[in-house]
Amino acid sequence: MMEAVLFYIFAIGVIAAGAQVVLRRNPIYGALSLVGCFFFLAGIYLLLAAHLIAILQIMIYAGAVMVLFVFVIMLLNLKDEELGEQRMTAMKVVGIIAVLATTGVIAWRALGAAYPNGPQVDNALRISGFGTVREVGRVLYLSSVLPFEVTSLLLLVAVVAAVVVAKGKI
Amino acid sequence: MDFFHAHQAQHYLVLAAVLFALGALGVVLRRNALIVLMSIELMLNAVNLTFLAFSRFPLMGTSPQGSFLTGHAAVFFVIATAAAEAAVGLAIIIAVFRSRTSVNVDEFDALKL
Repeated sequence: MMEAVLFYIFAIGVIAAGAQVVLRRNPIYGALSLVGCFFFLAGIYLLLAAHLIAILQIMIYAGAVMVLFVFVIMLLNLKDEELGEQRMTAMKVVGIIAVLATTGVIAWRALGAAYPNGPQVDNALRISGFGTVREVGRVLYLSSVLPFEVTSLLLLVAVVAAVVVAKGKI
Repeated sequence: MDFFHAHQAQHYLVLAAVLFALGALGVVLRRNALIVLMSIELMLNAVNLTFLAFSRFPLMGTSPQGSFLTGHAAVFFVIATAAAEAAVGLAIIIAVFRSRTSVNVDEFDALKL
């Protein structure tokens, strides 16, 4: 019962904060509500027994990535007239219809025959240490050690690329 | 057994679909490049939520190759890639803003013939 209440609180928080990102005109409000959205999502991840991913979500997304976003928004310091007005064009209406149709199909598939009626298999109860640092680290370092190392290279390339692109003269 | 526990996986999957729709609407509707990037982050998080939901509630009759936590490893890589993507994307926005004094994606047309 407690789990259901927490799920609905976090889910409403995620959707409300996520909607602010799309609806707010000024990007700084969008960035701050996106931080809130990531915190609610971390709560959802905890309900899914993904302890390591929940803490990574807060440290990397809500911490590092969103600080970068807020920093760039402050740096650009957009004036009110540079934000531009919102226009509704025919292409946007087509886009809305396409997005809603796609989401409808995904939700319909999720609700459909994928899970038969009856009790669902719950790995968190079946496997000891599900989602802990030790068990996820075992997967990362034993069965996917090459992607793990390539990711470190990707981050190095991203750091160098960000400096090269953003700096006018080197 | 209440409604939530009988359909736990579906709850998480539908929430992920709604979150993905919000991100896609942001990309389609907004012309501000910063908000488009933030909407992409929303969509990436919806994908992460799907990975974690399927990791905890596997489909009937499927047995994973190796560990049950491969989905968690995939989410780890998505988070790392999203951080790299945000850094490079924001650097591109700064570079374009320097030459055009605008973050409107409709005006990013320097390669147009």
